[in-house]
Amino acid sequence: MSAEERRRLIEAMRPEDAEPVPQLHQVDVPDELRERIEAAMAKYPQVRSAALPALWAVQRHYGWCTPEGMREAAAVMGVTPAYLESLATFYDLFRTSPVARHQVLVCHNISCWLRGADDLIGALCEAAGIDAHEADHGGANSPDGEVFVKGFECMGACDLAPMASIDERYYGPLDTDDARAAVEQLRAGSEVLPGKALAERPAAGGPEPDPDPRVKEVESGDA
Amino acid sequence: MPETRMLYRRVDEPGLASIETYRRRGGYRSLTRTVKEIEPEELLTTLQDSGLRGRGGAGFSMGKKASFLPRGDTDKFLCCNADESEPGAFKDRELMQKNPHQLIEGVAIAAIAAGAGWAFIFIRGEYAEVADILEGAVAEAYGAGFLGADILGSGQRVELVVHRGAGAYICGEETALLDSLEGKRGNPRLKPPFPAIQGLYGGPTLINNVETLSNVPHIVANGADWFKGFGTEQSPGTKVVSVSGCVQRPGNYEIELGIPSRELIYGLAGGPPEGREVKAWFPGGSSAPVLTAAELDLPYSFEALADAGSMLGSGSIIVADDQVSIPALALRTARFYHHESCGKCTPCREGTNWTVKMLERVLSREATPMDLDIIASVQDNIIGHCLCVLGDSMAMPVSSMVKKFRPEFEEYIRRVASDSPGLGSDGAAGLHALTGTSSLAPASGPHA
Ligand SMILES: Cc1cc2nc3c(=O)[nH]c(=O)nc-3n(C[C@H](O)[C@H](O)[C@H](O)COP(=O)(O)O)c2cc1C
Ligand code: SF4
Ligand code: FES
Repeated sequence: MSAEERRRLIEAMRPEDAEPVPQLHQVDVPDELRERIEAAMAKYPQVRSAALPALWAVQRHYGWCTPEGMREAAAVMGVTPAYLESLATFYDLFRTSPVARHQVLVCHNISCWLRGADDLIGALCEAAGIDAHEADHGGANSPDGEVFVKGFECMGACDLAPMASIDERYYGPLDTDDARAAVEQLRAGSEVLPGKALAERPAAGGPEPDPDPRVKEVESGDA
Repeated sequence: MPETRMLYRRVDEPGLASIETYRRRGGYRSLTRTVKEIEPEELLTTLQDSGLRGRGGAGFSMGKKASFLPRGDTDKFLCCNADESEPGAFKDRELMQKNPHQLIEGVAIAAIAAGAGWAFIFIRGEYAEVADILEGAVAEAYGAGFLGADILGSGQRVELVVHRGAGAYICGEETALLDSLEGKRGNPRLKPPFPAIQGLYGGPTLINNVETLSNVPHIVANGADWFKGFGTEQSPGTKVVSVSGCVQRPGNYEIELGIPSRELIYGLAGGPPEGREVKAWFPGGSSAPVLTAAELDLPYSFEALADAGSMLGSGSIIVADDQVSIPALALRTARFYHHESCGKCTPCREGTNWTVKMLERVLSREATPMDLDIIASVQDNIIGHCLCVLGDSMAMPVSSMVKKFRPEFEEYIRRVASDSPGLGSDGAAGLHALTGTSSLAPASGPHA
């Protein structure tokens, strides 16, 4: 095929099929976002590994993976926006539509369900004014734009069941009163569910059992 | 029977996550010895002799896998699997949150044993707060010279990057993890070639679970024979077991492998609430075939659970008590795998979809007796017919539930004839009335 023929064929495609890699001068990427993505690119032996960190950076900067944000990241990384979009839609934690200020992911998997996850989602949604079915199947924003609630798979915190991840911090076990309190606290911008955070939880087995004599212990200043 | 805390020793000691406290407890001595005194081949022999088996699901010998990597100076990699997304598993989370340096030390030693200059910890994106802790600890380890281009002046190099996933169970499967780490969608690869030969960026790659690697500093410090003094012959060592569901004290308990499962469920986790009994339990996460109350005395070891037709898997027990509807449990289980199937293989993509639909039919009492046989045959058509074992991971527990609790499924079908449709007397209907969440799926509550 001649070069001219090829050029014409490519031009005849829909723009999204022939999407070029955007150039840095074509986008208006905020310095902070660009620095974050470039730091990630420098961290790996191969640049493409920075794709998920780049999307995380976009989401942190804009609140969700906006088309413009993904274009900016694509320009920084030298990939097509479609490439990053194909990742953003594959991974459950990336959001590709506008979301409310606070994010509440509620676990609806086995252990949480056994301990009342359905009630928890129901109570959260009622307090936030969200349809529970919609929240449980893909997520929904509250009408006031304050809270996004989404039913989620096991988050690796079944010891806190039923639990939720609120703005990327884990809380549990939660009852329906906690659900109402959490929504109020998020709206008021106050501390969320004091005393229910994972960070404060000791090991389930309680205070240290007598050490097994076979487990040797070293206690010294130097290593 | 008390816990046997090795990895969990002093787990709640304030400051254990900091490098000072960790070193005061003897931390980083094994790594120091590794770079100064031990030859990589000797390390590999020790790891192999210890009998340490992978704690991420398959239970393969850690030392053997490390020794599969070709020798010589090709670029090699180590990936620590911290994806921990199987329902019921939460041990790696607490290990990383409370004792991140134990893992970092294990990663560095294993990387040196395998000849890998680069190491990655692939941590699920949901564990943001744990990833923050881990990143802080990695920076401390670099600062103290335990990571980097020239560890403690020995000339050995291990670069360690904490990589955050973004929400996809399938990325726990080792080859999907590699694709994800390369910046792609997480789709499993065809094996062979196995990652030990051709893994990350096409180079030989060792992949191990967080708990597996956390054991390594202890083995290097005390020797293979010492390690084999814990547990059983085929399952040496301790195991951090996540116990959840219908128990009074859900949580992580570190035990010596081989103790009776009853000790874990009743002794440590307190058993089901007062007045209730165990009905079914997953011994190794939601991918393991369920066991019944009659099987509570099985030793908690790789071999005993495999002999009983199930598996130890990731070492996560989920307990369902006598109030739980097994068909509803089967549906919850199937929905998860349906949601997480990457869609690459037809039996998995379609089989999980149809299983969910048919179980919904059972629960809404529209099924016929033949449907139970169809559910069972769909599972048979998934098992062994897919690229990875995600499909099997639904098929095995679901078929075990249909098999072991068939009368309960039949009960739903018999009710078709006697009940007027839609006027369910099940717990779910009551639950909806109570909470006003009538839009949730039919019969979605756990109680029959
Ligand atoms: C669908 C699927 C999900 C998996 N998820 C995990 C996981 O979250 N963590 C893990 O360590 N292993 C997981 N595995 C097992 C890994 O593929 C691999 O066998 C393991 O990380 C090897 O480490 P080990 O030998 O130390 O156990 C999963 C396997 C499959 C098929
Ligand atoms: S078995 Fe399922 S999850 Fe695994 S590769 Fe095939 S479709 Fe994907
Ligand atoms: S089932 Fe909810 S966190 Fe595991």
